[in-house]
Amino acid sequence: MEEQKPRAARKSRLIVRLGSFLVSHSAFVSVICCVAGCIALLLLPVLAKNTYVSENALMPGSANPMFSNQDVLEANRFVKDIYEKRILKDGSGMEIARLIGKHMKDVGAEVYYHKFKYHNLRFHPLCFFSSTPRTAVLQNSSACILNGVSPVGIIRAPRGDGKESVVLVTPYNSENIKLNEALSLGLAYSVFSLLSRVVWLAKDIVWLAADSRYGEYTSVASWLKDYHNPVFSSDYGKIGIDMCFEKTENHVEDESSFDGAAYDDFKRAGTMAAALVVKVMDKERSERDRVDIYAEASNGQMPNLDLINIVHYLAVHRQGLHVRVGTFGFLLNSALLKHVGKTLQRLTRLAESLNPGWKLGVNSADFVEGTATLASSMYYQALGVPTGPHGAFRDFQIDAITMELTPRTSLTNNNGISSFLLRGGRLIEGVIRSVNNLLEKFHQSFFLYFLTAPNKFVSVGVYMIAFALLVAPLPIVAAALFSSTANARSSTAISNSKPTNSKPVTRSGSWNWLHSAKLVFLVHLWALIVSLLPYLISQVPHTNSTTSMLSWSLSSLLILYLLTRLTKSYVEGYQWEVLKSVMIAAASIGLSLMSIINFSTAQVGSILLVPMCLMVRPLKQPVQASFFLAALLKILNILLAVVAFPPASLAILKGCLRGFESINIGDFWEWSEFLWVWNSATYLFVALVHLPCWYLCVHILLHN
Amino acid sequence: MSKLRLRFNPTAFLLIIFFFNSVLRPALALVEDGEGLEEEFTEELLLKPLPDRKVLAHFHFQSSAPPSAANGRHHRLFPKAIAQLARKFQIRELELSFTQGRWNYERWGGFDPMSTANAKPPGVELWAAFDLPLNEIDHTWKNLTHALSGLFCSSINFLESSTAYSAPSWGFHSNSSKLRYGALPREAVCTENLTPWLKLLPCRDKAGIALLLDRPSIYRSHYHSQRLRLISSEFTGIILEQALTVVLQPSMRSNSPASSGYGFLQPSWSVNSLFGKEVVGQCVLAKTSRIFFELEKDLAFKVDKQQPLSSWNNSAFELSVIPNNDIREINAVKNMGSSVLYVFEVSNSNDHMPLDVGIRWKIPLVWSYPQAPFHMNRYLMGSGNERGSIAISLRSTHLLERFSRVSDGCAVHAVIFQVVPWYVKVYYHTLHIFVDGKAQIISDVVRKMKISPSEDKLSPGSMELLLRFPCNIESATLTLDFDKGFLHIDEYPPDANQGFDIPSALVTFPDFHCSRSYQLDDSIYYKSPLLSKFQEGNPVQTYTEVLLVPLTTPDFSMPYNVITFTCTVLALYFGSMLNVLRRRAGEEERLERSKASEKPGLIPLLLSKLFSKLKGKEPESSPPLSTSSSILGPKLVAKVILVGLLAVIWNYYLKNG
Repeated sequence: MEEQKPRAARKSRLIVRLGSFLVSHSAFVSVICCVAGCIALLLLPVLAKNTYVSENALMPGSANPMFSNQDVLEANRFVKDIYEKRILKDGSGMEIARLIGKHMKDVGAEVYYHKFKYHNLRFHPLCFFSSTPRTAVLQNSSACILNGVSPVGIIRAPRGDGKESVVLVTPYNSENIKLNEALSLGLAYSVFSLLSRVVWLAKDIVWLAADSRYGEYTSVASWLKDYHNPVFSSDYGKIGIDMCFEKTENHVEDESSFDGAAYDDFKRAGTMAAALVVKVMDKERSERDRVDIYAEASNGQMPNLDLINIVHYLAVHRQGLHVRVGTFGFLLNSALLKHVGKTLQRLTRLAESLNPGWKLGVNSADFVEGTATLASSMYYQALGVPTGPHGAFRDFQIDAITMELTPRTSLTNNNGISSFLLRGGRLIEGVIRSVNNLLEKFHQSFFLYFLTAPNKFVSVGVYMIAFALLVAPLPIVAAALFSSTANARSSTAISNSKPTNSKPVTRSGSWNWLHSAKLVFLVHLWALIVSLLPYLISQVPHTNSTTSMLSWSLSSLLILYLLTRLTKSYVEGYQWEVLKSVMIAAASIGLSLMSIINFSTAQVGSILLVPMCLMVRPLKQPVQASFFLAALLKILNILLAVVAFPPASLAILKGCLRGFESINIGDFWEWSEFLWVWNSATYLFVALVHLPCWYLCVHILLHN
Repeated sequence: MSKLRLRFNPTAFLLIIFFFNSVLRPALALVEDGEGLEEEFTEELLLKPLPDRKVLAHFHFQSSAPPSAANGRHHRLFPKAIAQLARKFQIRELELSFTQGRWNYERWGGFDPMSTANAKPPGVELWAAFDLPLNEIDHTWKNLTHALSGLFCSSINFLESSTAYSAPSWGFHSNSSKLRYGALPREAVCTENLTPWLKLLPCRDKAGIALLLDRPSIYRSHYHSQRLRLISSEFTGIILEQALTVVLQPSMRSNSPASSGYGFLQPSWSVNSLFGKEVVGQCVLAKTSRIFFELEKDLAFKVDKQQPLSSWNNSAFELSVIPNNDIREINAVKNMGSSVLYVFEVSNSNDHMPLDVGIRWKIPLVWSYPQAPFHMNRYLMGSGNERGSIAISLRSTHLLERFSRVSDGCAVHAVIFQVVPWYVKVYYHTLHIFVDGKAQIISDVVRKMKISPSEDKLSPGSMELLLRFPCNIESATLTLDFDKGFLHIDEYPPDANQGFDIPSALVTFPDFHCSRSYQLDDSIYYKSPLLSKFQEGNPVQTYTEVLLVPLTTPDFSMPYNVITFTCTVLALYFGSMLNVLRRRAGEEERLERSKASEKPGLIPLLLSKLFSKLKGKEPESSPPLSTSSSILGPKLVAKVILVGLLAVIWNYYLKNG
């Protein structure tokens, strides 16, 4: 009977044996996994697949466009009308809004004017992920001059049941309208008037001419907020829209039936199926008319890929437009990337010569371009800040994108603009028609993806491999460290007959990690306080970013000092290995949680965090390896500790992008302010996961 | 009762005498005082221009059958299917409507007998009151839905399920506990529903006014509602009203969109241009066959201002056919104008002289329709898959001020009737009422309330509220929070990702009763069911929009994943289970010992080593190795490389081959 027990222990399950095998080779496994993770990340542009329209009901381009030259003429007339109003210095904004409203009414739409107050974006520590309105109302806004006024028109689908709608948004600056904004209004108007005549409409069409005097996002977001909440006319202090039009009404005869109350009533049109933000831009012309698609919304949320697909399909295959998504231009000229691309190309050629059946076909130029696009896609998702007014829609789970149309000619060239308007109008009509065809909401295609080109994407199934490979070593190394210290402590208790025959560790030793956990907990508590400090600092008036940053860092240090002094007796007697293992466990939990909230942030964060966490060891601790390896390890440790400090990494990034002379102490403050006003979870990640982890790593580095 | 007071027919009289003398002596006692014992059919069409340049055409067919005892089960005109239906299910009243599109209350009016009776929610709406004991009603309703579904080629049978219908007590029409109400907002309406409806007419669509019912033009309309209403009682017999309301867009002369703006001339139209057909004679079985052309109060008032509206051809417009008569509304409020009806007798037309009623406008006119006291809107609040709120908002149209009876104590009542499917779990305690933006105490506003909360998979929730507002309010909003429920996988309808519909709510204003009575020259001659319906009137009511609630929908490819996953887990479970069950520890040890003593050859030894490693046991004979070094030993690496090479070679050559 005595002998059967150890045998039973030896006959453990395969999975347990695999686990213990991995744990015992943690160093090897972690190096392999990290390298493989980085390579997988680098290979993502190669693994990208071509996009395809997944939802059959969309049927993009199956109908001939009805948008004709007649509509272009109408658009031109409208643009001229609006652009003339620019000269009216006094209250030209109201005049433009009224003109748009009148045109909307003339095509038979229901019109109202949405008034909103300018809400300053502010940091609210408890407003993350909540849709509660940010209330920082500009005072003294009794006149309509301070309020933004956006005309909204709704075309009711003739035979539709009014359950769903498609939204078209054109932002314009009512105070200082530019020609490109007038053109986007004209384009939207001509499409809108066409849609009022068509017979195929099944969903209501809403056109929001968003007054972007206080920012495009603000006006769209406040309209959406009002759309999803009851609106009372008394909210705006009894200012009817007719008050705003007081001055202008006397010289317009046909407005005798102008019923102000009817224009104040907030009208709705059912659940929104999709939203398109259309802007005409006047920048860097290319040889063809161009569409830039912006899709990133807050916290890395993307619209359904099908929406991008139909825009791309119609733009490229029907209207012959050039489609672009955001890219990092500086990466296109990066020598390193080109080199990697060429190496890959050579490798794939070699592979193809071995087996002609493998059709990898990696092109170096494609690779570089794909990487630049992927990097931009990943960066904007990781930042968690919407790239345009479409972001406001995603907060209400509505798929939306911004299309920036750029003509190939100058905006004053009549011929060029006419053909540009024709193509643009047909594109918008086609997209709306496709969405109108949709019976269900967008659900067929992907929501989690990166774009590597307008027609190429990497889906979640592929890109999570890189992240999984990066994160996988963390629990293994944590377990290895923990078990090694546990073994070392209980080595005396091990029977000498068989080394594997280890009895359960003694009770007292197994709770040793609690000491380290206390320290980790304290550091996380500190990080939580640090993350809330900006709220207090931002309350102090008349500060610039430098002083704010300095006071932030000084107060953080002070709190850290106080915390360590107060709890000195409380957190003693830990081993650095156990501390490291607890820290790694905390970091891996943090990373996994973040990967659910915003995958890209977790991915980018893991590239920095994981090597630092894995490699860290006290500098004074001798390493049982060759001198060269030990020195390399030390140097890497110090380097990572510097690079992974959030302000330092930001400074390095900025230095690489804009030159090192542009770095400023206040940069980090500005950056974090930018993140929190947009309620980006990236701020939480940096403050609550990255910062404590970095601090603990430095703590271990300096351990005696 | 009065509707059946019709011409006395000598044939019927003889018939009665005959029956009187022979069999039906007791039955006759019931109808002795009623004169009309004959089945009758009338057909009428009302045309009127709408303020937004559209045209409303309202077809009204009415068939009536005397109490059944008079002539047994046989009918001359009355559709037998309906009579059987009424008799079998003991229906007292029934209304079924198929509607496509939305009635635009702001532009097409909400305070005239036309719109209050004929504006219906999109899809199918069915309600019926029975003359049965309470415990039989639910069962009868189920049978009725199946019968109607067969009769009208539609999926009314989905109303059979107890989750689909409700039993309003006072919020809907009458104070009756024998009424059942159900709506299917998603039901598509098409010709297959119209054809059986037309079959109920004695002339179908082969003659008379129904000849105009050209399918393409009807289904091209902006609003199209096909209604069937059945009233049955022992005294009056069965009355069947069939009404079809369409709102058509007459084709514009010039296609330029600018001409559609206000301030331009309204399009001129005629019956032929609207329907592509003309009326050539009446249905010979119809007692009366008329076309009415109505000018709304405000329009008549504006035309009057131009030139006293006397004839069919004046400075504002010209009718294409000389009307047989014109009648004016008897109006209580003098300064608001009264509507004008032009009457055309269809019997005067024939193949050579078709009746093509139309209008040609001469001057542009802008007019408006009488509005309901409040505009209703209903919308969803919030986003996400977890919870949301329904908001019902009322916006005053200042109708009350126009009636100039606003005083401090004045109040207006509104009854809201709302049915919500069970998967939208409404928390009725979260009812908030805001009047002019200020939150109100519920008991101040709600006079009467009946709420039956939903039961999961059993019954929908329904809410009947009687609200009382001061007359001078601007707006009022009611909000109700709800949670979105989960459905079982087989309860999802096709296209579940579209979302789920909440049927229209009905808001009735019991204080306002709209009716129209006309100065009839010859009351017998102009006895018209349509006009008498107008005269009868009904309380002002408004249907709200249908709402679309996106619910959590499973990924329907998920069952496949679940099946594979479950199978894997089951296989693992049974594998280890069997392994444990058939293993005999003592036996194995003895075997191992005997094997070790046998000293096998080299290859079996290697094999046994390999297997034992894979199994996680070390052979007794081999020296004890630490697991870590043994597995990563050079031998194993060599083996792995060998296998890998073999695999690559196999792949490379076999694929080429």
